[in-house]
Amino acid sequence: MTTVTNTPARHAVPKVRLRGERSPLASVALHLTLIITSVIAVFPVLWVLLTSLKPAKYATTTDFFRETTLVNYTDLIRDTEFLTWFANSAIIAGLSTVIGVFVAATTGYAVSRFRFPGKRGLMWTLLITQMFPVAVLIVPIYNIMSSLGLLNKSAGLVITYLTISVPFCAWMMKGFFDTIPREIDESGEVDGLTPFGTFWRLILPLAKPGLAVTAFYSFITAWGEVAYASAFLVGDENLTLAGGLQKFVNQYGAQWGPMTAASVLIAIPAALVFLFAQKHLVTGMSAGAVKG
Amino acid sequence: MAVHTSQSVVKAAGGNTARGRSRGTGTPPPAPGRIRRGLSTHWYAWTMVAPVVVVIGVIIGYPLVRGIYLSMTDATERNVARTIGVNEMPATYKFVGADNYIEALTGSQFLGTLGWTLVWTVSCVSITFALGMGLANILNRRIAGRSAYRMALILPWAIPGFVSVFAWRFLYNEERGLLNSLLGGVGVDGIPWLNDPTWAKFAVIAVNVWLGVPFMMVALLGGLQSIPSEQYEAAEMDGATAWQRFRHITLPGLRPVSTTVILLSTIWTFNMFPVIFLLTRGGPGEATQILVTQAYKFSFEINPRDFAQSSTWGVLILVLLMLFAVIYRRVLRTQGENW
Repeated sequence: MTTVTNTPARHAVPKVRLRGERSPLASVALHLTLIITSVIAVFPVLWVLLTSLKPAKYATTTDFFRETTLVNYTDLIRDTEFLTWFANSAIIAGLSTVIGVFVAATTGYAVSRFRFPGKRGLMWTLLITQMFPVAVLIVPIYNIMSSLGLLNKSAGLVITYLTISVPFCAWMMKGFFDTIPREIDESGEVDGLTPFGTFWRLILPLAKPGLAVTAFYSFITAWGEVAYASAFLVGDENLTLAGGLQKFVNQYGAQWGPMTAASVLIAIPAALVFLFAQKHLVTGMSAGAVKG
Repeated sequence: MAVHTSQSVVKAAGGNTARGRSRGTGTPPPAPGRIRRGLSTHWYAWTMVAPVVVVIGVIIGYPLVRGIYLSMTDATERNVARTIGVNEMPATYKFVGADNYIEALTGSQFLGTLGWTLVWTVSCVSITFALGMGLANILNRRIAGRSAYRMALILPWAIPGFVSVFAWRFLYNEERGLLNSLLGGVGVDGIPWLNDPTWAKFAVIAVNVWLGVPFMMVALLGGLQSIPSEQYEAAEMDGATAWQRFRHITLPGLRPVSTTVILLSTIWTFNMFPVIFLLTRGGPGEATQILVTQAYKFSFEINPRDFAQSSTWGVLILVLLMLFAVIYRRVLRTQGENW
């Protein structure tokens, strides 16, 4: 993996800045700092991975390797509702992402390109809704869902997650649309396209990477959401992963075996995709945020 | 273009009046030729933003208004409308005005929790920023294995937050966690990481910093790479020391990025629900309870659920954050920042 990801990183590096000579001692100090911080960054994750490969009786020992086994994984999949939680999370996060991106795409474009009355207000609303604490909306949404009979249903959580994903997607996509040259819109106009036509035929195809990154990031946000999922879902078969993982570790005790195995199964795919997408992700976020 | 738009002008005018009324923006009618063109453009823009406006209005605006209303009632689990079996129970809670707010602001619980929330936010953001800045500066140099280091340092950001928090709970486990085992190995007594109020505060801050440094580092690294290298070269010619270059080129060059990431991470940390909720549930006692987790506790963990109190805290949190954002912007503006 490192070999693959090294290449784009190296390309992106700008020309080397020579800032004085560095003494060998300074080099050692820099490497030492980086090694220590890297270990701190990686170790908790690595430790969970190693623990998941140990039989339960050794789960809390400090040995790195002893009797490597996949029994935690087979137990997790056979004896718990893990796959159901996984499916619930995938459906809920997937739907809220798709709907969020779909609804927000044109808004991101309009805010990026047009000046219109109400634009400032809309921009502010998008920004402010992102600082809404979960505490402001959770009670009213809970009561509304309860009266609509949507508590404990995937649909209820999807609707709830739209409150997070729609403003976020619109905001982030504005950042991506801002990076597409306006000359393209103008050429569309010259060719007789309406703004909708320009958006649909010219801009959207160019913005695909941006859309993908926005979608990915809002998927990850919903995938990792804890507060609404913990409050709105009960019953083993309705939980998402965030709720399910709590089942393994509560005040009465901890089943570290299935907990660590589940953690690995949740984290590794997300981390792999993330590490590939992060270059674009950072560009998009900083474009959206800095130009705000 | 003209052919296409001529048709939509009629619709545009209709669309605008409807929208104009609902949004309360009564535009005075200027010259017909200009407004026609203007309206057709706006019609496009408004149609494009309409879905988001509807979504925000229906699923954010309405609950927000309801939440503000609930905060001025005495609503609890027992008196809201509910269904028991086949019986529909109507709501019996009543309007109490500002009582909840007065109670919250004069009582010690809200202010106490606010105090710790501020300590938590300020320490998390400042430590995260300092570490992120240090690492970004190191990674911005020519150094062997830079991509590998960068990848490793980003990892905490790539793992879903709740998974990381459980990983830390595993490490912090008092009897059998790795941290205490290692301490035991060098003959130090185990530390009650999550069971002692002071250690628990330390523990939650450590985890949040661990989670937050990668974003900070990556954002600042992006900022560093956008500073033109000529500035450094010129400074080197003039014989500026490394510290002077950092002070007079790097810091000012990073200002747009750092003001933004500090604002964002302050807001995120202030509302950081999962770390506290999953690591300590606000405990031991209420030692690590921040405003958001306490508001959640009112409506979902105590019996009977206190919806009114929870909403009150929620509204107060929002007001505090918006005040913060406004003051922050104003301070930046007085310092000549075009933000």
